[in-house]
Amino acid sequence: MDQLIFASEVLVNGLMTGVMYSLVALGFVLIYKASGVFNYAQGVMALFAALTLVGIQQGQVPFRHLINAIFGTHLESFGWTLPSVLAILLTAVVMIALAWLIEKLVLQHLVGQEPIILFMATIGLAYFLEGFGDVMWGADIKTLDVGLPQGISDAVEATTANWFGYGFFIDRLDIWATIIAAVLVAALVAFSQYTKQGRAMRAVADDHQAALSVGISLQFIWIMVWSIAGFVALVAGIMWGTKSGVQFSLSLIALKALPVLMLGGFTSIPGAIVGGLIVGVGEKLFEFWIGPMVGGATENWFAYVLALLFLVFRPQGLFGEKIIERV
Amino acid sequence: MTEMQTTTAAEGYVTADGRQIGGVLMDLKGITLRFGGVEAIKNISFDIRQGEIRAIIGPNGAGKSSMLNVISGFYVPQEGEVWFKGEKRGPMKPYEVARLGIARTFQNIALFDGMSVLDNIMTGRLNRMKAGFLSQAIWWGAAEREEIENRAAVERIIDFLEIQNIRKTPVGRLPYGLKKRVELARALAAEPGLLLLDEPMAGMNVEEKEDMSRFILDVNDEFGTTIALIEHDMGVVMDLSDRVVVMDYGRKIGDGTPDEVRNNQEVIDAYLGVAHD
Amino acid sequence: MLYREAGDFKTGYRSDGQTFPIRLDRWGYYALVAVAFLVVPFLINDYWANAVLVPFLIYAIAALGLNILTGYAGQVSLGTGGFMAVGAYAVYKLMTAFPDVSIVIHILLAGGITAIVGMLFGLPSLRIKGFYLAVATLAAQFFLVWLFNKVPWFYNYSASGQITAPERTVLGMAVTGPATSAPAKYLICLCFVFVLAWLARNLTRGTLGRKWMAIRDMDIAAEIIGVNPLTAKLSAFAISSFFVGIAGALLFSVYLGAAEVGEAFGINKSFLVLFMIIIGGLGSIFGSFAGAAFMVLLPVFLKNVLVGSLGWPTDLAAHIELMIVGALIIVFLIVEPHGLARLWALAKEKLRLWPFPH
Repeated sequence: MDQLIFASEVLVNGLMTGVMYSLVALGFVLIYKASGVFNYAQGVMALFAALTLVGIQQGQVPFRHLINAIFGTHLESFGWTLPSVLAILLTAVVMIALAWLIEKLVLQHLVGQEPIILFMATIGLAYFLEGFGDVMWGADIKTLDVGLPQGISDAVEATTANWFGYGFFIDRLDIWATIIAAVLVAALVAFSQYTKQGRAMRAVADDHQAALSVGISLQFIWIMVWSIAGFVALVAGIMWGTKSGVQFSLSLIALKALPVLMLGGFTSIPGAIVGGLIVGVGEKLFEFWIGPMVGGATENWFAYVLALLFLVFRPQGLFGEKIIERV
Repeated sequence: MTEMQTTTAAEGYVTADGRQIGGVLMDLKGITLRFGGVEAIKNISFDIRQGEIRAIIGPNGAGKSSMLNVISGFYVPQEGEVWFKGEKRGPMKPYEVARLGIARTFQNIALFDGMSVLDNIMTGRLNRMKAGFLSQAIWWGAAEREEIENRAAVERIIDFLEIQNIRKTPVGRLPYGLKKRVELARALAAEPGLLLLDEPMAGMNVEEKEDMSRFILDVNDEFGTTIALIEHDMGVVMDLSDRVVVMDYGRKIGDGTPDEVRNNQEVIDAYLGVAHD
Repeated sequence: MLYREAGDFKTGYRSDGQTFPIRLDRWGYYALVAVAFLVVPFLINDYWANAVLVPFLIYAIAALGLNILTGYAGQVSLGTGGFMAVGAYAVYKLMTAFPDVSIVIHILLAGGITAIVGMLFGLPSLRIKGFYLAVATLAAQFFLVWLFNKVPWFYNYSASGQITAPERTVLGMAVTGPATSAPAKYLICLCFVFVLAWLARNLTRGTLGRKWMAIRDMDIAAEIIGVNPLTAKLSAFAISSFFVGIAGALLFSVYLGAAEVGEAFGINKSFLVLFMIIIGGLGSIFGSFAGAAFMVLLPVFLKNVLVGSLGWPTDLAAHIELMIVGALIIVFLIVEPHGLARLWALAKEKLRLWPFPH
């Protein structure tokens, strides 16, 4: 019985982690749907967003290491601390500018290339952004605090202690993350279903040529989608950054979104969410039951192996349609 | 390439231009193919005889390409039997069908764009090259000998189709008409017993069509290759083929010599668009 | 002497199919091989061996391997680091278990073991394609690194969790262990490179190579003309992994001497080798070498300029290197998806017509 209660605590925590994965996966799905680009850099975008947010909030001088190295100065910071909301807004602006630059400098020149070439280009983008983020803000581990509640939720602990005689330890941050993610998803779905831009976005996703022929600007849609993905990355960056500090490993955690997508299918928003939950819960439970027998740290690979095995039996993912090949 | 003795059916017929057509090479019996709820092919039977040029025609969406895909093993029909050279063909992978001596071209050219014309045509002979892994790795003995022998065979086809000057050009750079010709060369390189052509003249101008028609007739004539083709250009079909199958909405509505088919009321209706009830 | 093919007539299909059809290329190649084997060993010092030549040779093998899989057979793999780790740990286990057997045999066996592991992880390629497969190979990367980290048997229960190469000799000359001289390291790697490059060339020019390329360019058509996708893809995985495994074995035993799996064979290694073949040229033997040289030299160059000459901090230089590498990848994919090899071929084409370009 105790075992079962422990397991359900693990399960709940897994669901919370899964929400975080879903959040990153969502960014992938948006870009993939609208441009057919499988954006490997989504994770690094989350890292970059978090770095920028910390930098702006704490008033650090951008590129100070570079400037100091070239001019022999000792710049550190502007000496202000911005309110979180303002910092987040400014970061969102930076992410939109980034989306614009990516469209202008990269995507525009790769129109019509094979998907795998585009994929490799985004690997290059990931490297560039990682280096760029570090040059801009420094590579030291930073703490991110935008005022989200943290720590074990007393309410949950008390309630579960009442029910089971055992209090669950759930981080309040995770609860907030879940709520914010739910709101974000609802907003995105509403946007794509009920607005003109949303319809245009879906049209582009379906067929570039056809969308062009009815007068939709591909450029505008792509910039918009990458901006939204940048914003989703920012939200994910805030969550992960608050949880475990802003550092390079953040982009590796974001890599977990890839197996999530393979489970859920690249084009399905519900798929990204369900996939995220499956991976979150699966890896936590696997680590809980099997981990101790094999030396632990199975979270490193569980999601990938799960996705791989799954795909072998169902190549189109959970929600994808069966592909009829034609010649 | 004339392996008539294995065919089971009775003796063939003599065509209008006096060519002797042999027994049944391929026999399709009651083929039905479904995609989910859609029936692309409904209970179709016909045969292809040794040495003939057999055309499959019909309006768009009639199921012609699906039929060709069934013959080449790319689609597996839910019902019906495929007999080839007097033997019933079990469930087979496309590459196993290719090894039986069935080669094809594609409606939307399916060449290997990253390779040269020569290499593309050489891929047609892959099934004839048997050198072991070790021999290939050290490029000694069988591998090198085989490469040279098959190169010679490929050069004969290059001469036949008059594409000598582009043999080392990457296929991706070629214009459409030449690509079609290279694709035919690749299929011919396999020295197939049955050659399937999926709209060999689609998108060509009159001159290119004439060239292609001449090549098809020459292949049939010089190598004795049996050919099954899909084509939209009625003039071409009626000129080239010995017998024609007409399909509409997945059903067979006519089968016979070009003259017979031309006078078949149901075929005329299908092409002139009588309302289906 | 002008660079020409006129007057260099081919009298048979054999001479038409040779590796260097132009006479001057052929001579250049012979000269290069002669210098590499007969001159460089006498000039090489520790700095050149450790900073440039030995890593270049080893990564050239890895790049050849990945190029067979990705450039020729079209199956993108992000598991190269994991497969290199298999080679490294296999050679370590073999070296310590059978100290009397020649290290050369151990290295070859390590390649063989990696080939089997590679085939195993290549099985999903029969069902999934493109970036689905690329992500699936990440499973190999993360699982293998975890495995070598967590199962003490692989590192012989050493307290540090590291593997350390004991001294082994070839023809009386130490090639592994701390006492190895620079020429010895260089020569053993060079021998492997020479033979493996020759094998790669042979395999890619013949039947097997055509099957791989057919699968790469249009897998459905390839199957319909008679290529069995199972054998074509798995053979690509096996042979590619054989090369990559040997590279991993050499990297650990000859170059590093000691290794910790997460550090030496992490996901960054996978990307490093992938970048080599993108920059060098997908589907090109020469490109594998060019890319390896480029990616080995770039950090050396940047370090010399930024840290050595300008006196910038090392971490800043490292971050700028990331930016440059990332940007280069994008630029190459946009401007010249066939990489340095294609640029080289274009230059030669121009040279062949020079000085009358029309």
